Amino acid sequence: MRRGVAGKALRRALAAVFAAIAPFAAEAEPKARSAREFLSLELAAEQADETLNRGMLWVELGERLWKDGSVPSGRSCASCHGQPGGMRGVATRYPAINRETGALVNIEGRINGCRVQHQSLPALAYESEELLALTALVAHQSKGMIMSVAVDGAARGFLEQGRAVYESRQGQLNIACSQCHEQNVGRKLRGDVISSGLGVGYPAYRLTWQGLGSLHRRLKACQQGVRAAEFEPGSTEHLSLELFLAWRARGIPIETPGIRR
Amino acid sequence: MRRAVGAALLIASVVSTSAGEPRGLASFEVSGDSIAKPLDGRIGDAERGRSIVIDRRGGNCLICHRVPAPDEPFQGDLGPDLGGIGGRLTEAQIRLRLIDASRLNAETLMPPYHRVEGLARVAKEFDGRPVLTAAEIEDVVAWLVTLK
Ligand code: HEC
Ligand code: HEC
Repeated sequence: MRRGVAGKALRRALAAVFAAIAPFAAEAEPKARSAREFLSLELAAEQADETLNRGMLWVELGERLWKDGSVPSGRSCASCHGQPGGMRGVATRYPAINRETGALVNIEGRINGCRVQHQSLPALAYESEELLALTALVAHQSKGMIMSVAVDGAARGFLEQGRAVYESRQGQLNIACSQCHEQNVGRKLRGDVISSGLGVGYPAYRLTWQGLGSLHRRLKACQQGVRAAEFEPGSTEHLSLELFLAWRARGIPIETPGIRR
Repeated sequence: MRRAVGAALLIASVVSTSAGEPRGLASFEVSGDSIAKPLDGRIGDAERGRSIVIDRRGGNCLICHRVPAPDEPFQGDLGPDLGGIGGRLTEAQIRLRLIDASRLNAETLMPPYHRVEGLARVAKEFDGRPVLTAAEIEDVVAWLVTLK
């Protein structure tokens, strides 16, 4: 408690100092830190080297699916979009508002939209190997490019909804996302070092999962950690959180496929 | 955020009154920054308390705290080191901090281990139940006071 009260007084004093110097300071806001910065040397090396990176197996599966024209419509992803390289930059703008429906869609949702509307195929299940592979393939085309989602117009409401979840305490342990991913970045939670909780590595290969997983699966794991009722992958709540995380990651490069503990 | 917590409090209290007294929640009296009387008049067992603190399925306190248990790898550092806690705080002060640290610091990260109201979106299997029972709280208190 002593620490809490002293911390609060200190924070207030610091806030006052910052308010005073803000007009003169170039960038008062601390830069968000990707989990990549806290990886062990071994995992960082694996992520950086595409011949070692286990997530690349899914990117390769994605390449095969991309070209697969053995579907009733006879149209593969490649028939409409050409080479996967044409997707360069797309992941920096997602999630985004679908102009026709007004819904917020992430890359997974966009892929399923194409399957249903243009390929006359059923939507792929969230977390299926095929959807993970195609999502990883698309996101990987933007590796190294910086995030820059639009948050104006219809996106604004979703952004605020995501922010509200992010900043509210939840679960039996009564902890908000922000308490870990803003106030305790760089500190240790058991064997993990807490990052800014960004989505830039996803879909990512996680050792705990022994496979590739979506960002929404990671969000579920954090909700489980505080014993909260989890939102479902693909739900509006998770999409709104994804948009808020993407906005927090503005200026940060995409890493897909990331390697995580 | 404070508004969201307030709304959640309202909902949670409505739920618990319609479902009757929440199971396994002991009553207690706070005075100053302490709860003097052991919950349900129980006498804690320090050895059991130690395993509750360390066990990942029990209190799992080491996700955030360090304790003097050198053979336990991966101790967290989000909260203060609990080594010497029995010298810094009295038994009664430790009891309140475990039961509901938010009474001392509204913005605390320390979870409320024996409280069920004012929580939002609790997973079904944990809803209406405190993280630690009255007996477990007393066991943990009994071990922490020995850390001088
Ligand atoms: C999610 C993180 C987290 C977990 C889990 C957690 N604590 Fe804490 N604990 C804290 C923080 C942060 C503080 C400082 C409280 C403040 O400043 O308001 C604290 C404070 C305390 C204090 C008071 C320490 C002091 O020096 O004033 C005690 C005692 C304590 N915790 C015991 C425990 C026990 C026992 C458990 C498990 C049953 C536990 N904590 C679990 C984060 C945590
Ligand atoms: C009690 C602490 C805690 C809370 C609360 C928490 N997280 Fe996490 N989160 C972690 C830890 C530890 C990790 C793994 C290390 C890391 O990358 O930060 C993690 C990882 C993540 C990641 C993956 C980062 C990466 O690049 O691999 C995201 C995204 C994330 N959290 C978002 C959230 C959101 C959104 C919430 C709220 C719904 C939340 N977290 C709540 C502790 C927490």
